Amino acid sequence: MEQEQTLKITKIKDGIVIDHIPAGKAIKVLSMLNVGENSRHTISLAMRVRSEKRGFKDVVKIENRNVAEEELSLISLIAPEATVSYIEGFNIKEKRMLKIPEVISGILKCPNQNCISNSKEPVQSVFRVINSNPLIAKCDYCEREFKGNELLGKQ
Amino acid sequence: MIKNRSIITIDDISDDDLNEILTAADEMDRSLKSKKKINILDSRVMCTLFYEPSTRTRLSFESAMHRLGGAVITMADVKTSSVAKGETLADTIRMADAYSDIIVIRHPLEGAARLASRFTSKPVINAGDGSGQHPTQTIMDLYTIKKEIGRLDGLNVVLLGDLKYGRTVHSLILALSKFNANIKLISPPSLRIPEYLINRVKNKKSLEILDTMDGNISDADVLYVTRIQKERFTDPNEYQSLIGSYSINNSVMETMKKTSIIMHPLPRVDEIAPEVDQDPRAAYFRQAANGVPVRMAIVAKVLGGI
Repeated sequence: MEQEQTLKITKIKDGIVIDHIPAGKAIKVLSMLNVGENSRHTISLAMRVRSEKRGFKDVVKIENRNVAEEELSLISLIAPEATVSYIEGFNIKEKRMLKIPEVISGILKCPNQNCISNSKEPVQSVFRVINSNPLIAKCDYCEREFKGNELLGKQ
Repeated sequence: MIKNRSIITIDDISDDDLNEILTAADEMDRSLKSKKKINILDSRVMCTLFYEPSTRTRLSFESAMHRLGGAVITMADVKTSSVAKGETLADTIRMADAYSDIIVIRHPLEGAARLASRFTSKPVINAGDGSGQHPTQTIMDLYTIKKEIGRLDGLNVVLLGDLKYGRTVHSLILALSKFNANIKLISPPSLRIPEYLINRVKNKKSLEILDTMDGNISDADVLYVTRIQKERFTDPNEYQSLIGSYSINNSVMETMKKTSIIMHPLPRVDEIAPEVDQDPRAAYFRQAANGVPVRMAIVAKVLGGI
């Protein structure tokens, strides 16, 4: 069943496949990767594909693009159980399970407007993950705790 | 041991550290009263950086350092210093690091003291950051409670007023919860304690969130009053209609235990009527005076003088 559904999108020659994204979150994942209307990559997107594990899931395929470690951390915050497959010549070269990092540095802005990390000081934002699913992380500067939607809302 | 360590939040102080500080503060208090000369920090320099106005905190830190035989350098006015020219806090701290042995900072942004501690090898003491933490005020409050009531454990404590922005109460709630206090938090609904802070209290059952003083303060050992700031309200009439129900006067005092105490971080405006000052339970001026021996104990411990 899963095989049949996944085939709704064609195989890609080179690029990445992000699978097991929670149903409905694929567009958020693409926006995290800054893939928008100006993107030069061919993108396939399947939403609400039937999945044995979780009922429904989303799948994203981006041709001729790689993902950086930083981007993987960011995706893991929205899709903590996603897998990323690196495809070369139609074959899976490497498959990685995403994992929420213990420390999220530099990629998120502190939602607390009054936090020093949002000023022009020469520091990166740092959050320590207190709980991964649902995501709760604490700013290393103002020490406030934030839920996933608060952290990701304005990114 | 807090020797050579920064004090950014109350969590930086272990239970043992706290006990040692409270004992040392008692000794400092005795020395001050006996006019004995204490020269344990001779030739050491404190740099005070106050990016926000402060009277008690700044004066008591500076007095504490002078009383210990040390010297104080300060940025007289943020408006005329390099900060006004756009210098980052990080750069100012690097400079203070070169000029002093300990840095005391108050800043309007939350997390400023933590950031400062990452740009210096010298200990940094947080003297208040935004509506964040103010750990030395908390230690001073605990010292006052212990000195006035004789113990810290298992007290009934009521915190009244602005519990949302009032930075002094945030650290205090976390500290009191460690001492098994039963805590009542009484505030107007718009100035309630932030949820992130409640989440940090281990025993949430010991907290009661209330809107009114009526019937809720008669069993209090400590009534801690904070200032409700006019500027928190968009409608001045709302402030006027509300302030009366969160103010203490002699008739409110009559409903309280004879052995209780009233505390306030000061400055007070309308929250405590001047008539209450004569009541022996009014502890707020004694509380402010405790700032010097407590900060002497903290600075001396951090700089290894005792």
